[in-house]
Amino acid sequence: MQGTQRAKRARAARKRATVWHFLGLVVVFMSSVFPFYWMVTTSLKSQADALAYPPKWLFSPTFHHYSAALFEHDVASSLLNSLIIASSTTVLAILLGTPAAYALARYEFRGKEDLWFWFISNRMVSPVVLAVPFFLIATKLDLVDTHIVLILLYLTFSLPIVVWICTDQFRNIPVELDEAARLDGASPWRVFWRINLPLAMPGIVVSAIFAFIFSWNDLLYALVLTRSDAITSPVAATSYMSGYELPWGEIMATGTLIVLPMVVFALAVSGRLVQGLTMGAVK
Amino acid sequence: MASPVMHARGPRKPARYFSVLPRSPAFWFLIPAIAALAIIGIYPLLLALYNSFHQYKLADLASGTPFVGVDNYIATLTDPTFWEALGRTALFLCVTLPIEVALGLFAALLLHRTELPWMRAAARVSLVIPMATTYAVVGLIGRLIFNRQFGVANYLTGLIGIPPQDWLADPTLAFVSVMIMDIWQWTPFCALILLAGLSMVPKEAEEAARLETPKWSMILWHLQRPYLLPGLTAILILRSADMLKMFDAVFTMTRGGPGAATEFISVYIQRVGFRLFDQGMASAQAIILLILTIVLSRLYIRFVYREAA
Repeated sequence: MQGTQRAKRARAARKRATVWHFLGLVVVFMSSVFPFYWMVTTSLKSQADALAYPPKWLFSPTFHHYSAALFEHDVASSLLNSLIIASSTTVLAILLGTPAAYALARYEFRGKEDLWFWFISNRMVSPVVLAVPFFLIATKLDLVDTHIVLILLYLTFSLPIVVWICTDQFRNIPVELDEAARLDGASPWRVFWRINLPLAMPGIVVSAIFAFIFSWNDLLYALVLTRSDAITSPVAATSYMSGYELPWGEIMATGTLIVLPMVVFALAVSGRLVQGLTMGAVK
Repeated sequence: MASPVMHARGPRKPARYFSVLPRSPAFWFLIPAIAALAIIGIYPLLLALYNSFHQYKLADLASGTPFVGVDNYIATLTDPTFWEALGRTALFLCVTLPIEVALGLFAALLLHRTELPWMRAAARVSLVIPMATTYAVVGLIGRLIFNRQFGVANYLTGLIGIPPQDWLADPTLAFVSVMIMDIWQWTPFCALILLAGLSMVPKEAEEAARLETPKWSMILWHLQRPYLLPGLTAILILRSADMLKMFDAVFTMTRGGPGAATEFISVYIQRVGFRLFDQGMASAQAIILLILTIVLSRLYIRFVYREAA
């Protein structure tokens, strides 16, 4: 009799726990999504609906702000600039970074640890530290407001991320493959290029996505080093701020255009997001 | 695969760094990346170091760029605004980080439970959204949400009876608004790191503990805590470095204002360098910030990387 009562109580407790678990997960989901949801819905509201108080939860959507932002405010060309800059820096980072990562994974040499740590510490440097001198260099070389200066600057964080993730990836490739190829007379470069690089592709793709996201998201460097021709989309998004009455629909349409592709990319690498953000120290 | 040259010579001759490298393929694999990072990462720092010992005012280049010794450093270290910006950054860190860790732990524990697989998957995926949101856009969303006239923040606080506030015009509330957006963006990061720690706990030990006690706090403290510590150290140091870098979201949300209420260290240095055009002073400040960052990254390597490696 007592036994069944205890079992009943335990079952009730488990049920309560599940209810709390459910509610907790709902809160996590809602709070993660809400600001993003608010941005997207505001971009679809007419100005009157966007400025309504209390806020409107139901409204008839309009895509007017997207065309206004893209073509009247010329966000289209800033998105194109962002695309050019972020993909160029990603390609460069992969070209320079994968051989370095391979060497760090496969060879032993003096100073390897220090080199590794030097790569790591690059990620922690505040952009403002480099922005100050880089602005002077760019001014002297007449590179302000060009794509190339941002492509190079973004290497300071995209190259380390490629090196970190790819070193890990190369370490997971059995070294016996290298040895067998060497015995067959393949040069070190051939071993890298023909055997290791294809096998490391998953890691390379992940690191490329990270390099792209970080470059795409930067504001400070772009703010300091671009004027009009080369402005990236985050700079374009801040340029609405000068007016008196803010076109919130257009601002949020611009924000959505910037963020949406990054969310898609981040979801694609969500399994390795922590690894990418902690430089592989925590998996 | 160790290079045989290195091993034959290594022990006998105390070779200097990289002295035998050119003979090894590793040298040729590494040199492009090292050269690129040296040119774009180290050369500008040396230039900043050089400028920090000179007067370099972009608005007053007519008077040249004379050598001024450590004047810029003295001016920086005796500048109350600099210390206020640094103190504000530290305060922000001390208040925001514990909240992010606590909420992150809460989310991680919820995601770690085995029940409700579909809900867990949805919540986990939703955590990616804040992390992927461009920092500058986070600031813009903040401006929208905390708007005085039509912001949804006032609407939500109104539901529990708090009268509408002018969030971004009040120094304390502006600070809190920036904090809330930072917590929104970075709690998922803490949650995922702590979740990774929780999943390291051996399944059998956890099941045994659940039979012992129904209290999750007991299990957390006695069983799971050691597995969470490396992640916590990583969070602590990385978030500290991030706070020193924090610029984009603050710039788009408050521009450091009202007054200087949200002027964090990177925002202040940017203002000195690019709105007051004093590059010499900004360089000295950047070098001081760099030293702080190097200390942090050394700590990171010491406490996190060695353990993880």
